[in-house]
Amino acid sequence: MDSQWELVIGLEVHAQLKTESKLFSSSPNQFGSDPNSNVNFVDAGMPGMLPVMNFGCIEKAIKTGFALNFKINPYSVFERKNYFYADLPQGYQISQFEYPILSEGHIEIENDNELKKIRIERAHLEQDAGKSIHDIDPKYSFIDLNRVGTPLLEIVSYPDFNSADEVINYLTSLRQILMYIDVCDGNMQEGSLRADVNLSVKKPNEELGTRCEIKNMNSFKFIRQAIDYESKRQIKVLEAGGKIEQNTLLFDTSTGETRPMRSKEFAHDYRYFPDPDLLPLHLTEDQIEKVRPTIGELPQQKLSKYINEFNLEKDVAKIIISEKAYALFFEKLISSNLIKPKLVASWLVGDIFSFIKDKNIQITDLSNQSSKIIELLEMVEKSVISSKVAKDILVEVLQNNKEPTQLVKELGLEQMSDNDELEKIVDEALKDENDNISKFQSGSDRVLGYFVGKCLKATKGKGNPKVINELLLKKLNK
Amino acid sequence: MTTIKEIKNQLSNKKISVQELYDNYYNKAKNSELNSFNCLLDPEANKQNMINSQSRYNDGKDLPLDGMPLGIKDLFCTKGTPTTASSKILEKFIPEYESQVTQNLLNDGSIFLGKNNCDEFAMGSSNETSFFGPVINPWKNKNNINDKLVPGGSSGGSASAVAEKICVASIGTDTGGSIRQPASLCGVVGLKPTFGSCSRWGVVAFASSLDQAGPITNSVEDAAYLLNSISYHDLKDSTSSNHKRDNFLEGIGKNFDRSITIGIPSDYLKDVSSEIVEQIESTKKHLKKLNINFVDVEFTTTDFALSTYYILAPAEASSNLARYDGIRYGYRGKGDSLEEIYVNSRSEGFGEEVIRRILIGTYVLSAGYYDAYYRKAQRVRRLIKNDFQRVLKDVDFILTPTTPNEAFKIGEKLDPISMYMNDIFTVPTSLAGLPAISLPSGLSKNNLPLGIQLIGNYFQEQSLLQMASLLEKEFCFNG
Repeated sequence: MDSQWELVIGLEVHAQLKTESKLFSSSPNQFGSDPNSNVNFVDAGMPGMLPVMNFGCIEKAIKTGFALNFKINPYSVFERKNYFYADLPQGYQISQFEYPILSEGHIEIENDNELKKIRIERAHLEQDAGKSIHDIDPKYSFIDLNRVGTPLLEIVSYPDFNSADEVINYLTSLRQILMYIDVCDGNMQEGSLRADVNLSVKKPNEELGTRCEIKNMNSFKFIRQAIDYESKRQIKVLEAGGKIEQNTLLFDTSTGETRPMRSKEFAHDYRYFPDPDLLPLHLTEDQIEKVRPTIGELPQQKLSKYINEFNLEKDVAKIIISEKAYALFFEKLISSNLIKPKLVASWLVGDIFSFIKDKNIQITDLSNQSSKIIELLEMVEKSVISSKVAKDILVEVLQNNKEPTQLVKELGLEQMSDNDELEKIVDEALKDENDNISKFQSGSDRVLGYFVGKCLKATKGKGNPKVINELLLKKLNK
Repeated sequence: MTTIKEIKNQLSNKKISVQELYDNYYNKAKNSELNSFNCLLDPEANKQNMINSQSRYNDGKDLPLDGMPLGIKDLFCTKGTPTTASSKILEKFIPEYESQVTQNLLNDGSIFLGKNNCDEFAMGSSNETSFFGPVINPWKNKNNINDKLVPGGSSGGSASAVAEKICVASIGTDTGGSIRQPASLCGVVGLKPTFGSCSRWGVVAFASSLDQAGPITNSVEDAAYLLNSISYHDLKDSTSSNHKRDNFLEGIGKNFDRSITIGIPSDYLKDVSSEIVEQIESTKKHLKKLNINFVDVEFTTTDFALSTYYILAPAEASSNLARYDGIRYGYRGKGDSLEEIYVNSRSEGFGEEVIRRILIGTYVLSAGYYDAYYRKAQRVRRLIKNDFQRVLKDVDFILTPTTPNEAFKIGEKLDPISMYMNDIFTVPTSLAGLPAISLPSGLSKNNLPLGIQLIGNYFQEQSLLQMASLLEKEFCFNG
């Protein structure tokens, strides 16, 4: 891209709240049910049906308020956003407009090892619409109302992003935080987290350009592609002396291009007005503060704890905090206080991750095996077995549900740390190796590794490498 | 034998059975020619309710409304019974749920005769906008005896049926006067309770911030009976009030043990006929006899009430009626695309007045007009509320005419504005959310009923009904 152009991007993120029931009805808030099974009279827009606010959704919004440094407004108003569509039974969506529940928040993202503050203008609660399915039948459209009325929190950032990287970093952080505080399941494939991208380009020190909005994106990959494509498109238009028309776009995942929505798809005057079926929402200081202790530790807090208190490498710590489930599993493993966190961390991101990846399972599927893993790592920590042995039997332990201590005994895999025994093996290994010994003595370090390997082989991997190392050095440096 | 209390006595004393009572009303209703019912329930469907009711009377354990044959405005969803809002668009709609108000009435033992005709979606002041045709007022102009007169609206079927005595009482709804105005034109009692008293759950919505259910009855005492049943805190309606409910029968017919002052707003009487002014003058005489003080009061906002109402109510209606789109239930017009189905369903399914109000409402909420109309009207509504609170600081009740005129001929008022003027005295109270009752105060030169309106403070229905019952005794109005 021509470096003289700057990108200006703002995001509207729709996070589906993880609640038992919908925002204004008692129907279950569930993905994947049979079509039109989570629908009651309120959702179906039957005559005379009235919305009743589900306070659970309000609590999730308040939680988000604390986690994203928002001002939590004691007064907010639900309004009706009016438009006709087949998957919108009421003929309006209940949303917040003039008075949102959250305003003026921010988070920090890391970009090229520098922190950048992203300001968030507002977040408001709203109902989702149903789903229209147009591609099952050539003649008919199908409507699934299960999603009607499910609670969304729309989080609207300021146009503080200047690159696709920043956008992805923000979305990654946001998703992480929402999952940590149990507000959203973060499942982008199921549409639990979707983003509208507002993008314009300008030259440095110039006024903001005209923006286009790319609607309804639910994958990081496509968001990146859409930003790349759309910014190039706009620059091309401008450099050819053209003008950008403000427009609402769709990203076509098959061509990798953006295209304008049909005007009917967006040219609405929504006629917002306060919903007379609902009273304004008044939150007391008490109601707000009651939610604060339920937030728990946020990913950034964990990250600095892992680095500063547990001495983890930053990269390793980042991997562990990337999913709340990883962090929780990690903390469970170190809770015994028997194993150094650093050792646990390297095992977690190493062999344990490989195992779940191989078996295509989730980390949470191992949660009732954590005591076995602790047992195994404790033996490593205490040099009862070598890392190599531990690696060899990890799969056996996890897959066939074996007790590690028992297994080590059965197979006779305890590490040999006895000096006298190992000294014999070292002596044996150095026999008839005069060539190599003189190589070492003339400065070739590689030879040491060769000797260690030879000793380990002789002990069938059970010899304590540390002790072997020491013994070898002692003998070779004589 | 027409009041609930009298009927209950007869049922308790076995002078009549629940079945006989029902048959009596049912036959009259079936043979009525005034078109006040959109449908009558199948008597078989009511059989079990009647048997239960009779056995409670036999055991001396009768419920407050046991066996009372009631009319229900066709705006209340009634499980298994067509609920049309007198609109083509809901012509064949049968709800699978019972509105909270009608559920309360059933819980208290009443029997539903049928669904009363009304203006389409409760939009009208003469019951002429009904898809099922106009309702006729049982009263006749003695100088034009062949004229068919309107019963008022929108609860015109309810008022006409109660006046014709083909049901014991009826439940209507009032948005800008839809209970009080027809009650006045039909010579019966109509009460609009404080907004929030009765649940709106299961009532086809017109304007949510104004709609309120209430009784239309032959006596103030009957109104108290019904209000006892339907005044209810409903968690399914977020605007339902959780205030403590009084026993509204308690004060009926009793003199006040404190000094009462009634305010009479001079600005309401500026441009009305001498006949209407006369009603207020004669009421003053009765008040004197009852030792009740009256003072002149003045509102500063009355002139703005009607235009405020005709911005806010259509605005809410334009959104409330969006759900009638022909997709899931109700009338569906033909069309090859979603948009065509919408346009045809709604153009063919809604009547002229409903379409007019949807258009007005859509307009006042549109970008560029919202501030000038909707937002300003909301502000004026606040001023009207404040105006009432100022006046009600000094007086217990406010007395006004209910309507600026007597019942008029069907087809007489053709332009919407002169029709809207019918609600000029009832609309301010609706905007303020206050309770108000209309009761018949006398007859016009044409021998047609005229009504007065008493307005009380929020949730003061008990004393409002008490006051009304004292005046009722004085008026000796004989429907």
